[in-house]
Amino acid sequence: MASNKTKHWYDYLWIWTIIYFALGFFNILFAWLGMIDFILPLIFAIAGGDKLFCNRFCGRGQLFWVLGKNCKCSRSKPAPRWISSKWFRYGFLAFFMTMFGTMVFQTYLVFAGTNTLRKVIKLFWTFKVPWKWAYNGSVFPDWVAQFGFGFYSLMLTSTLIGLIVMALYKERTWCSFCPMGTMTQGICKIKERCGKS
Amino acid sequence: MKKAANDIKRCVACGVCVLQCPREAIDIYKGCHAVVDVMKCVGCGICERACPTGSIKVAEVQDGIK
Repeated sequence: MASNKTKHWYDYLWIWTIIYFALGFFNILFAWLGMIDFILPLIFAIAGGDKLFCNRFCGRGQLFWVLGKNCKCSRSKPAPRWISSKWFRYGFLAFFMTMFGTMVFQTYLVFAGTNTLRKVIKLFWTFKVPWKWAYNGSVFPDWVAQFGFGFYSLMLTSTLIGLIVMALYKERTWCSFCPMGTMTQGICKIKERCGKS
Repeated sequence: MKKAANDIKRCVACGVCVLQCPREAIDIYKGCHAVVDVMKCVGCGICERACPTGSIKVAEVQDGIK
């Protein structure tokens, strides 16, 4: 299936996702690299008016495909329709952005000196997992590491949600409610509508 | 003849169908939704099996849009 197509370097970006989580395991400052996955899709959408990131460069989506399809870790059953409904997609985006905002605020509190650096990863916005081996001080101030812990939590949580829906439903079910995907599609639709009028 | 048809209201433009289509018959239109080239589509259904939202389906259609 589709194996006659030539493989490009960007077809292997799923390896980047694994490297990212491995690096963050050893040093939390590497979590900042995840900002690439946040900024690039927006640049593609705002400047190019397309979802080239989702379509071609998303390592996470590729990882779900590799694990789900190639490694047969997915049931490949259709997901419930509400998962890809507009209210759920935009609701999840709003929830995700609120959590992102909370995380930035936590970083600010460490920056302002109100809170001290907490070397924990918060999974599913609830469960605290000690992660103290990943940071032993650096040339950067503490808030840089705090952002790392917060951002890594966000990345790991979303990947875990993606893996769960991958196993239960279609391989890339995550893509149907991925906050970045919803946001970039929204931008593209606005751009397309503006282009017409 | 049966062809792939996309429900553009449900499509999230993730591009899985584009990657899987053996005939390169699908494109993502300006990041909004997938568009099927009915001239190229042979109705194999690979895109339907890959689609995470169930928006693309093989059906009796004319223009590739349901």
